[in-house]
Amino acid sequence: MARVAIQTDDFDLGAEVAALRAADGGVGAVASFIGTVRDRNDGSGVSRMELEHYPGMTERAIEAMIDQAMQRFDIRSARVIHRVGPLEVGDQIVMVAVSSAHRGQAFQACEFLMDYLKTQAPFWKKEHTPEGARWVDARSADDAALQRWGIAVGNA
Amino acid sequence: MKLQVRYFASIREALGPGEAVELPAGSTLGALRDALIARGGSHAEVLARGRALRAALNQVMADESALVEEGAEVAFFPPVTGG
Repeated sequence: MARVAIQTDDFDLGAEVAALRAADGGVGAVASFIGTVRDRNDGSGVSRMELEHYPGMTERAIEAMIDQAMQRFDIRSARVIHRVGPLEVGDQIVMVAVSSAHRGQAFQACEFLMDYLKTQAPFWKKEHTPEGARWVDARSADDAALQRWGIAVGNA
Repeated sequence: MKLQVRYFASIREALGPGEAVELPAGSTLGALRDALIARGGSHAEVLARGRALRAALNQVMADESALVEEGAEVAFFPPVTGG
């Protein structure tokens, strides 16, 4: 199965985890993260959002992140799905799932991949609020999260 | 030399999806940004120095010291906000 999917369609965490575990008797742990659309951001109500990406570069960037995760951590496989296009409050946006023999490496690799994706994968969110549509600002806290892994970044 | 410039998110809304640009050989990403700013108008506004802007060279994140080659695909966009 491809490690990275960028799609408008929703995804099913159960089916994705089952696929990671299938035919790999060495898996003893799976850690996963799902990001969803909140109804508030920066003090305003959010009714919906649109996600834009850079076709081609986005997939390449996340593939490179998974390569790094495989080198840094003792994990067996990883899968990243990120949705683009129009999304409603409560919709799933992103999934990272990692399998490993023991839980520690799966937890760490899952967080590493999310921290990396937040500041290095070319996606942009535009949210709709009662005051109008606005592009979401990058957060310096996300840069700090990646710096904990020893990777210098200047996104925000 | 000729290269293709692409824009995303708020930059795309101001300048369109992209354009072909002619630049002297041996130019850097920073020189390309300066040449686009020198056009004035919306280019000068959204690519202005001091505005948070990131760039990619051939679909890999790059900084402004990167050398651009004939036929390169360069992209300018705001800080990324996925996840």
